Amino acid sequence: MTGALGRRLLDAAGTALAVVCLVALLLRLVPGDPVEAMLGEGATAADRAALRQALGLDRPAAVQLAAYLAGLARLDLGRSLHGGRPVAELLAERLPATAELALAGWLVAVALAFPLGMAAALRRGSAWDRLATGFAACGISVPNFWLGPLLILAFSIGLGWFPVSGREAPGALVLPALTLGTALAAVLARMVRASLLEVLGEDYVRAARAKGLSEARVLWAHALRNALIPVTTVMGLQLGGLLAGAVITETVFAWPGVGLLLVDAIQRRDFPVVQGCVLLISLVYVAVNLLTDLVYLWADPRVRSGG
Amino acid sequence: MSAGVRLAAAVVGLWVLLALAGPWLAGDPNAIALERILAAPGAPGCPLGCDDLGRPLLDRVLAGARVSLEVALASVAVSAVFGTAIGLTAGYAGGLWDALAMRVVDVFLAFPGILLAIALAAVLGPGVDNVIIALAAVGWTGYARLARAQALALRARGHVLAATALGAGPVRIVLRHVLPLALAPLLVEVTFGIAAAVVAEAGLSFLGLGVQPPQASWGAMIRDGVRYLLVAPHAVLVPGVALAVVVLAVNLLGDSLRDRLDVRLRER
Repeated sequence: MTGALGRRLLDAAGTALAVVCLVALLLRLVPGDPVEAMLGEGATAADRAALRQALGLDRPAAVQLAAYLAGLARLDLGRSLHGGRPVAELLAERLPATAELALAGWLVAVALAFPLGMAAALRRGSAWDRLATGFAACGISVPNFWLGPLLILAFSIGLGWFPVSGREAPGALVLPALTLGTALAAVLARMVRASLLEVLGEDYVRAARAKGLSEARVLWAHALRNALIPVTTVMGLQLGGLLAGAVITETVFAWPGVGLLLVDAIQRRDFPVVQGCVLLISLVYVAVNLLTDLVYLWADPRVRSGG
Repeated sequence: MSAGVRLAAAVVGLWVLLALAGPWLAGDPNAIALERILAAPGAPGCPLGCDDLGRPLLDRVLAGARVSLEVALASVAVSAVFGTAIGLTAGYAGGLWDALAMRVVDVFLAFPGILLAIALAAVLGPGVDNVIIALAAVGWTGYARLARAQALALRARGHVLAATALGAGPVRIVLRHVLPLALAPLLVEVTFGIAAAVVAEAGLSFLGLGVQPPQASWGAMIRDGVRYLLVAPHAVLVPGVALAVVVLAVNLLGDSLRDRLDVRLRER
C-alpha cells in the first residue's frame, strides 16, 4: 500500500512541476514579440522594456523559469497588465464561483447518470435502456456552448424560470450546472451501464443469487460495489475535466469564475493572467486526479496488493 | 448495418459532400445585406434565415461545414500519424525511448484536454492554421498510448519473432508486421477523434480563438447568434443543429466501427 501510495504522490509531484514549467515558458511560444502583442501599437519603448523585464523575457529561459518558480513559492504570479492587480488575488476572487459550478455540475451528472445507467443495465433492451443509450449518445454530441443557449432559450426566455446570466440572482446556478453536467452524465451513464452489465455476468453474482439472496441485496451488496470501481475513476477524472469545460460554460452564462477570467484575459492579451488561470486549472486537475487514484487504491484491495 | 448506422453514414457523407461542393452550391457567405438583418427562416433569399448582418445562414452553415471538415481532417491526420509513430516505436523498442515518450505523454495528459488547446490557441493567436496546430498538439497523446499498447502486445507474437529471426530491420517490422495489426483500434480512435475535433474547433471559435470574422464557423455563428437569442433564436439553432447532427453521426459511426472491429478501448 505505502509503496503504491508513495509512487503516485511522487508521480503527481513530478507532473505538477512539469505543468508549472510549461506554463512558465508559455509566453515563449507567442510568435513574434510577446511584449508587442500585449502592449499593442501605442506603447513606448520604455513601457516595453519595463514589461519585458517584469516578465523575465529579457533573460534566458532557465533564469525566467527559476524566477517564476521562486515567485510561485511566494504565491506571486505576477500582475495583470490591465489594472495591475496581483494575478493570485484575481484567481482567489474567482475560484469559489468555479468550484461551486464544477461541484454542482458534477452532482447533476451523478444524479442523472446513476438512475439512467442502472435502469438500463437492469432492464437491458427495454425502453429505459434505449432512453439511456439515446441520452448518452446525444449528451456526448451536444457541445455545452450550444446546450447552454438552448437551455436559456427554453427556461429563461421561454418559461422565465431562471436568470439568463450572472451569479447573483436566485437560481442562477441551475442552468450553468445543467449545461456543464449533461455531457458528463452521458459519459457516466454509459460507464455505469457497461460496468454493471459486466459485473452482473460474474460468477460471484450468480453465486449470490444461488444462495437465495434477494435481487435487491445482490444488486446493492454484491454487484454495485464492484461495478462502481471503474466508474469512480471516471467520475474523478471528469471532475477535473469539468474545470476545463467550465471555461466555455462560464462564457455562455457570464458566470464570474476562473474560466471567464481566462477568456477575458485572452481577449485583452493579458498574458500573466492567462498563465495564472491555466496554471490554477491544471494544478487542480492534477490534484483531483491524484485524489481519484487514492480513492481507487482505497476502494479496490486488488490494486493495493497487486500494485 | 442497422438503419441508424446507415443514416449516420449518410449524414457524414452529406457533410463531406456539402463541405467540398459548398463554394459552388451556395452564395457568398460573407455578403452583408442590411435589409434582411435577422430575417426569419423562409424569408426571400434566406431559407434558413439570416444573421445579424443579413448574411444567409444556409450559405454560412455550408461555409462552416468546410472549415470544420478541414480542421478535423488536418488536425486528426497530424495527431494520428505523429502519435502512432511515437507509440509504435516506444512500445516496440522499449527502454529509454519508451520511458521518455510516455513521460511526455503524461505531462500532456496532465492538462485537461480543451484547456491546453485554449492556452495554445491563445498564445499562437487566432486563425484556422493555429487551431489545427493546437488541436494536433493536444490530440496525439491518445494515439500514442493506444499504439504503444498495441505494439507491446504484438512484439512478442510469433510472426514478429519470425521476421526478426529472418533478419528484418526494426523499421520494416514496425511498418509491415506491427502497424497493420494495430490499425483497427487506431481507426476507431480516429473516428472519435474527428468528432472531438469538430466540437473543439467550434468551441475555440465560440471563444473567439478560432476562425476570425468574417469567415464562417459553426462555433462563431453560435457565438454571434447568442446575442440575439431573444429576437432571432434561429441564428443559434441552425448552426447548432448542423454541429450536433454531424458530431452525433460521426460518434455513431465510431460506435458501430468499434463493435464491428471488436476492439475494446479503455474509456477515459
